[in-house]
Amino acid sequence: MIRVPVPHTVDPATVPDAPLAPPGANGGLLDVFRRRYLLRLLVRKEIQGRYSGSFLGLFWSYVQPAVRFAMYFFVIGGILGLHDEVEVFGVHMFAGIVFVHFFTESFNAGTRSIIKNKALVRKMAMPREMFPVASMLVSAFHVVPGLVILTVACVAVGWTPDLVGVMAGLLGFVICAVLGTALALLFSAANVFFRDFGNVVNTLTIFVTFSVPMIYPYSMVEQRFRDFADYYLLNPLAEVVLLVQRCFWVGTTDDPTETIEHHIPDHLFLIGFGHLAAALVVLVVAQLVFTRLENKFAERL
Amino acid sequence: MSSTESIVVRGVSKRFTMRYHRTLKQMTVALVKGQDLSDTFLALDDVSFTVEQGESIGLMGLNGSGKSTLLKLINGVMRPDEGEVLTRGRIAGLIATGAGFHPQLTGRENIYLNAAILGMSEAETNRKFDDIIEFADIGKFLDTPVGAYSSGMFSRLGFAVAVHTDSDIFLVDEVLAVGDKPFKRKCLARMEEIRKDGRTLFYVSHAAGSVKRMCDRVLVLENGRLGFDGPVKEGIRYLKYDDDGDDVSSENEQDDDENDSELGAEI
Ligand SMILES: Nc1ncnc2c1ncn2[C@@H]1O[C@H](COP(=O)(O)OP(=O)(O)O)[C@@H](O)[C@H]1O
Ligand SMILES: [Mg+2]
Repeated sequence: MIRVPVPHTVDPATVPDAPLAPPGANGGLLDVFRRRYLLRLLVRKEIQGRYSGSFLGLFWSYVQPAVRFAMYFFVIGGILGLHDEVEVFGVHMFAGIVFVHFFTESFNAGTRSIIKNKALVRKMAMPREMFPVASMLVSAFHVVPGLVILTVACVAVGWTPDLVGVMAGLLGFVICAVLGTALALLFSAANVFFRDFGNVVNTLTIFVTFSVPMIYPYSMVEQRFRDFADYYLLNPLAEVVLLVQRCFWVGTTDDPTETIEHHIPDHLFLIGFGHLAAALVVLVVAQLVFTRLENKFAERL
Repeated sequence: MSSTESIVVRGVSKRFTMRYHRTLKQMTVALVKGQDLSDTFLALDDVSFTVEQGESIGLMGLNGSGKSTLLKLINGVMRPDEGEVLTRGRIAGLIATGAGFHPQLTGRENIYLNAAILGMSEAETNRKFDDIIEFADIGKFLDTPVGAYSSGMFSRLGFAVAVHTDSDIFLVDEVLAVGDKPFKRKCLARMEEIRKDGRTLFYVSHAAGSVKRMCDRVLVLENGRLGFDGPVKEGIRYLKYDDDGDDVSSENEQDDDENDSELGAEI
């Protein structure tokens, strides 16, 4: 090899006031929150993209949960006769549906997010955690119509909200968001290497509907499984559903104290914070795995 | 004067896998048949050099010699398998003849997104928006999805956004090959300004003429190894000696160049 020095004088004024460092983003999720403007653009892009070219636009995000509600209400509630067994069955079920849907959407769309944005990932240096996080935020945005319908329904049947209930609802939401982000991070990275993961996630989310106490009451699980009911609550989504039922459904029943006694497990908050802690651990692990796999994104896409 | 380096590349190697199995089924089939799961090769092999702030580097080499890969390592899209790459300040530019644009978004939306990725704020983009579209000159296509753009329009828009960011390092990868002549002239003029501003310029081109005009130092890659690092004239001569018999390709290369007549006289 031939190396011939070329003289060059540097004008000190042009040297940027920054250290020599590896190029690209290295701060992971922290960088995502440092660059909120970019995050906002990505979220807006995806929300617009979902309804672009559609005549009714955002109206669809009200239609879908309403239809989902009607289907479960009449089919499950009517045919299986749960209306008699569970007081205000509609709210019992729909509170769960809204939040479970938030989680599965974060997980599903998040898993596909890196592949979907490969045009950017291949060419531009940016925190790639942006994409799963943006998917989670878009899904959170779409929780709003469901919440509106849910609140209207609650008020219509006579609702007395309480502070403890609202805390439970918030905790449920935060668990969904943290766990959804963590899993989206993990699986979006894995999906770059094996496209199977997109389908695995899709299949997994089908089970969620049946593994949580929304189309059947938790009291039924306690009756049938007895001691095993504790294991049932190891499922974070089951806990989330109970938290949001504590928030919305309990206040719509005739005797809330009686309902809590009967249908809500003891130590609801203790279990909830346990799940939140576990979700945060999963998030840290997901970030570590993502950082390792991310090095090869550009060449694999 | 030890802290004026702009780009430090130290013992960098990059290994690619040539055949990927994208699904578990393909993996299993390959395993059962006893095929190798992957073939790897070194796209960059122990490359080292240092660039001072404000230097203007021409990166040359045959197709597949690793130029775009090196640029991706410098801009941080890829990470080296061995060695280290260090840079100072903001980096902008175009890699592998095209910007990172989202095909479904319009030109306008992509300008904002691209600028945000390059680190520009909303206010900054608003301020420069008119200059950007004037430079890109894509006219009524501004509000059509960029997926429908011609490759020339695509890289014009990308180049326009990139030159309007306040970067300390500017990377240009063969963009000029797809533009038309007036646009090429405009780009070269812009790059000259960047160079005069004391920003580091890293320019990949097959066109000896524009490298000569634009750069004060040439790096030549050969099959992923650095073959030459030195003054421009020697670098170009080094390249030409190497592919002596390859008249056809060198003629094509000169087609890209607006100074080709001058170049013809030179060699
Ligand atoms: N993502 C990738 N996966 C596998 N091989 C790649 C990938 N990107 C580039 N290569 C290979 O690496 C070599 C160098 O490519 P590149 O840097 O694009 O060359 P140049 O820009 O000099 O033409 C080529 O042989 C190319 O096929
Ligand atoms: Mg190239």
